[in-house]
Amino acid sequence: MAAEIPTARPATVTGIHAAPRARRRRPPQFYAGAAVLGLMLVIALFAPWISPHGYADQDLIKSLQAPAWSSGDWSHPLGTDRLGRDLLSRLMVGARVSIAVALLSVLLGGSLGTMLGLAAGYFGRRVDRLVSRVIDIQLSFPPVFLAIAIMAALGQSLVKLVVVLALVTWVQYARIARANTLSVREREFVQAARALGAAEGRILLRHVLPSILPPLLVVGAVNMSNVILAEAALSYLGLGVQPPTPAWGSMVSEGRAAQSVAWWGTVFPGVAIAVLVIGANLLGDGLQRER
Amino acid sequence: MARFLVQRLAHLVWVLLAVSILVFLLIHLSGDPIRLLTPLDAKPEDVERVRRLYGLDKPIPAQYWDFVRRALRGDLGESFRYQRPAFELVLQRLPSTAMLAVVTIAVTTLVGIPAGVWIGSRVGSLADWAVSLATFVCISLPSFWLGVLLILLFADRLRLLPSSGFESWRHLILPAATLSVYTTGLITRLVRADVVHVLRQDFIRTARAKGLGEPLVLGRHALRNAMISAVTVLGLQLGNLLGGSVVVEAVFAWPGVGWLMLQGIQTRDLPLVRAVVLVVGSAFVLINLVVDLLYLYLDPRIRYDHGR
Repeated sequence: MAAEIPTARPATVTGIHAAPRARRRRPPQFYAGAAVLGLMLVIALFAPWISPHGYADQDLIKSLQAPAWSSGDWSHPLGTDRLGRDLLSRLMVGARVSIAVALLSVLLGGSLGTMLGLAAGYFGRRVDRLVSRVIDIQLSFPPVFLAIAIMAALGQSLVKLVVVLALVTWVQYARIARANTLSVREREFVQAARALGAAEGRILLRHVLPSILPPLLVVGAVNMSNVILAEAALSYLGLGVQPPTPAWGSMVSEGRAAQSVAWWGTVFPGVAIAVLVIGANLLGDGLQRER
Repeated sequence: MARFLVQRLAHLVWVLLAVSILVFLLIHLSGDPIRLLTPLDAKPEDVERVRRLYGLDKPIPAQYWDFVRRALRGDLGESFRYQRPAFELVLQRLPSTAMLAVVTIAVTTLVGIPAGVWIGSRVGSLADWAVSLATFVCISLPSFWLGVLLILLFADRLRLLPSSGFESWRHLILPAATLSVYTTGLITRLVRADVVHVLRQDFIRTARAKGLGEPLVLGRHALRNAMISAVTVLGLQLGNLLGGSVVVEAVFAWPGVGWLMLQGIQTRDLPLVRAVVLVVGSAFVLINLVVDLLYLYLDPRIRYDHGR
């Protein structure tokens, strides 16, 4: 490696003496994104204990109360909805839906796409032709539109939502996994493992998979923001998680009925979605710049 | 070039086949479709008669074949709710969705590409920093919420623009603005990245060395190369616009195919939903084909590689 460093440029300490495996400094976006997502995750995990009220507790006397700094009081910091339910508590519990759906569908779609892409790239021939064909076909269809159509036909539940979002996004992982497997397959360490008589499954899992994982993590982070937006849109349309479970998208849609007198009902859930998406985008951006 | 076209057309056939299977299965995914066609208290013999009438007693492959044959003749069944051919209903609504998409793409192109070139040629400047931050926020906002906010501000508070329906061009402003925010942010970011990359290439140094002015270097050399990925993404976004416009059409009660599909979903009008998915799916596939043909024009490398 050292021979490749141009001699014309004076070798600086970081240039030539830095250990090849030195701890890389990640860009600030990475930490900012991780902090936002981490905070949201903590809120979601502990929502039932830290939220000031129950998410379904109604108090019709306090219906449509404004946020504390506007004309309300601090018992309902962000105000209440039409049924007098505390907005802050509902947002905290709603974080669970958004985050659970995002993580699970990225995990499911990612595993499915990685496995199929890995198989296509490694085994080639008919497996590759079949998987590539399916990838090509699905890439020519808009994912959100597909998700809306399937959710409408299937009916709504949390599990179906996760599965459908995974099914409309797996191709993005499969494409990257396939392309990277193709190049890794011929590398020396894979050949060496094969020469030593390692089983195909072992080569795939212990040698190929770890080396194609980093780019897939980037795809996952970028995809997470898309999945969060898709889940929010579906639940806004009434095709996501069903009431009384609060989801941010459906809260915006419920808030619209009283929008002209209670702006907070539609504004805050959207802010929550945007913050989560910004967190995911920052993380993705940070991971991308690192490579 | 001929081979490229043949490949694309073969792909088109595969995709249309997949779309038709998906659309056909939609009606079966929701359980036995006969339950949607007959009242709950219908007599068993009446249920059987309706089943035969709609050909639902045949095996699934035979039903699929019937469906394809009819679809090829433009017969996508009758909407349960409107009692009219579903295909006709979709075609009626297609122009308003297309108009929304075209205006959005126009705004995206006219704002996003110049903005991307501008900040891409000034990396690290204050303008670059500010616009990059703005575009980052643009791609992180949920479109339906942005639409609701715009209605809250421009229709409810300021009373400047109408909030729903489609009667005049003024109705177009808010939905088109809502859709444009995301696509413009995305294109600006991409064009910026491309311009930054292209400006480091040797041919740009050559262009500058032979004394071309900076506007010409940017306009003739950098822009054309940056356009390739912009066109790809615009093409893909046009498809996503069709998906995203379902949501935005719902927010603004915009009388397009997306709104029609949602009404179909709410009233369990499956033939209607099926027709929308088939038409939109086919439209998307054709758009992809046009994008591929645009590549041929923009990137001589593709033209020559496949011409051999």
